[in-house]
Amino acid sequence: MAVDSDRGASASSKTPFWYDPRFRAIFFQILTVVLVVAGIGYLVSNVMTNLERQNIASGFGFLQREAGFAIAESMVSYSAADTYGRAFIVGILNTFRVALLGIVLATIIGVLVGVARLSTNWLIAKLASVYIEVLRNIPLLLQLFIWYGVITVSLPGPRQAMSPVEGIYLSNRGFMIPAPVADPIHAYMGIAALLALAAGYLIRRWAKQRQIDTGKQFPVYKTSLGLLILFPAIAWVLGGAPTVMELPTLQGFNFRGGLTLTPEFAALLFGLTFYTAAFIAEIVRGGILAVSHGQSEAAFALGLRKGMVLRFIVLPQALRIIIPPTTSQYLNLTKNSSLAVAIGYPDLVSVGNTTLNQTGQAIEAITIFMAVYLTLSLTISLIMNWYNRAIALVER
Amino acid sequence: MKLKSILAAGAVVAVAGAALPAAAQSMVETITDRGELNCGVSTGLAGFSNPDSEGNWTGLDVDVCKAIAAAILGDADAVSYTPATAQQRFTILQSGEVDLLSRNTTWTLTRDTSLGLHFAPITFYDGQGFMVPRELGVTSALELDGAAVCVQPGTTTELNLADYFRANGMEFEPVVIEQLDEVNAAYFSGRCDVYTTDASGLASIRSTVAENPEDHMILPELISKEPLGPAVRQGDDEFFNIVKWVVYALIEAEEYGITSENVDDMRENSDNPGVQRLLGASAGMGENLGLSEDWAYNAIKQVGNYGEIFERNVGVDTPLGLERGYNDLWTRGGLMYAMPVR
Ligand SMILES: N[C@@H](CCC(=O)N[C@@H](CS)C(=O)NCC(=O)O)C(=O)O
Repeated sequence: MAVDSDRGASASSKTPFWYDPRFRAIFFQILTVVLVVAGIGYLVSNVMTNLERQNIASGFGFLQREAGFAIAESMVSYSAADTYGRAFIVGILNTFRVALLGIVLATIIGVLVGVARLSTNWLIAKLASVYIEVLRNIPLLLQLFIWYGVITVSLPGPRQAMSPVEGIYLSNRGFMIPAPVADPIHAYMGIAALLALAAGYLIRRWAKQRQIDTGKQFPVYKTSLGLLILFPAIAWVLGGAPTVMELPTLQGFNFRGGLTLTPEFAALLFGLTFYTAAFIAEIVRGGILAVSHGQSEAAFALGLRKGMVLRFIVLPQALRIIIPPTTSQYLNLTKNSSLAVAIGYPDLVSVGNTTLNQTGQAIEAITIFMAVYLTLSLTISLIMNWYNRAIALVER
Repeated sequence: MKLKSILAAGAVVAVAGAALPAAAQSMVETITDRGELNCGVSTGLAGFSNPDSEGNWTGLDVDVCKAIAAAILGDADAVSYTPATAQQRFTILQSGEVDLLSRNTTWTLTRDTSLGLHFAPITFYDGQGFMVPRELGVTSALELDGAAVCVQPGTTTELNLADYFRANGMEFEPVVIEQLDEVNAAYFSGRCDVYTTDASGLASIRSTVAENPEDHMILPELISKEPLGPAVRQGDDEFFNIVKWVVYALIEAEEYGITSENVDDMRENSDNPGVQRLLGASAGMGENLGLSEDWAYNAIKQVGNYGEIFERNVGVDTPLGLERGYNDLWTRGGLMYAMPVR
């Protein structure tokens, strides 16, 4: 809104004030705000009167009432006697869990497939293209039904469960594996892992400085990985090395004990991961192709080896192109996780819909949906933007 | 000048906005103008509301819609059906997408109050049951500890299920899927050990979806009361009255022995003052409801009395094969009891 002050001054003396560009700039901004606020206010008051006229309950008080319905899987303890508020938390955590795992797995598979599509090996490149074209062009909902169908129809019932190894079972009730019996030492192992990460960071800084000073290299990644295993292992040994495992066992109808990957979660995770990975693969391929071939040629001319060219020359430049569209794939994956309702995974929308149906508080439930997805999306964007800035070209 | 026109436009918007919730038309006027009753039904539950291959809906719940359309519009076929899952049904009613919900919906206190609904008389007295594959070897619901249970969300079923297992100190794994087809698939593929819903719904699914109905059995326990009836939104008492009294008229007709076959004869020749009032041979009832005097005559003539509706859709000669039981007339020991039409 920079305004030529000369013109502004002369304008105000001769012409009416509403022709003054400064006035206009401010006036229209205020007008926009007023109209938007009035519009929202009108909608809200309209909704309130309509709800009242139809005697539909409103307000967030229902969150404290007993939910009364059970939820299949939950990362925090939950029973039907808990509140709607807690049910929402269960749903939010379930959404968060599938989105986070989905993002990690989709990135790994996406990068592998994207690089594979550029492979000089004809078969690998073709397989990668087929994967991308098929997965990208089938609606996600359909893929979820296919995954769910494959798991529930093709796997045997719990009494005939497949058991490749003692203690591991595969049936239409999911994938069951033994789990270590909860022990306080697990928390210390977690802390040890965090310490290892911090140590890795410090080592990286030190190694970088040393390389600048002396030119000597240090195997930072291998060392860090070693520490990441070593530290928790030490904590575990110091804690008396508890080895009690809880095995899943068939009791009555079903397996009890151990860890379970349910068919619903598995179908949703596989569906989201493989679908999004196809898009990420294309982004990765595009990013790599966009780095001019001259760059690698120059690097080869300097005597760098193939792996080094990819790592130091091509990828850093490709990443700048890859990150922004990948961010939007992450956002898509997170929002697509709401398709969980279709196959019975208790995500935020599934739990929220049940609540909405039971309490009649549609506006409140939908407000919560919007707030949660907005927060998740903004958080992902923030992290990715930060990362994008961190790898941006620093021009001297 | 531009500024003035913008301000003027703003003022128009403001005035129009304020004036928008203008005088509402009554439901009966709306339906008459439209020439059609909008009825919310299930997505397909044989015996209650189910579309055939040509898109014609049949079932007990559908017949209730038809009877109301016949009473208001004189034509039982003037109905437009909107299928809804358990989850969506209240939203389509509240938002005005349908005039009426006739969709195996249980009358509960919460639905009556915080959802802002009015339930008309019960058209089917039911209770929640459990269905299991026979090969599981279960004979009582109390043996279901640890079972995986298929259930549709947004139902009383979901709540009763949690209550029942809690009360009996048992655990279960809920498998909660919104679309009926998908829950059915999950149960029949063996994802769940048990399927739970209204006993009538189980009978319907067992007889029409199961590959071999004999392989599945419905356990003897009924764990809840599920009085199913049509519902309307609050705020239009005239329409609510009509829905209420059309259902009563269907039951009353059965009590008087009026059927779709003999209704003309009864209207001409019956000396019973009750029959004359109901069929409009003596005037007054229609006028009280704001309808023509042949409101009940049309409904009975075109759709039949309650007993005919029951036998045609869910009775012993249908695949569902249900006995009248609680749904018999009070004079025969059931719960069907119409308020006096006078
Ligand atoms: N009566 C119960 C359950 C009604 C219900 O929705 N039952 C299911 C299972 S029988 C159904 O009709 N589904 C049909 C559909 O989703 O279209 C209620 O009102 O909550």
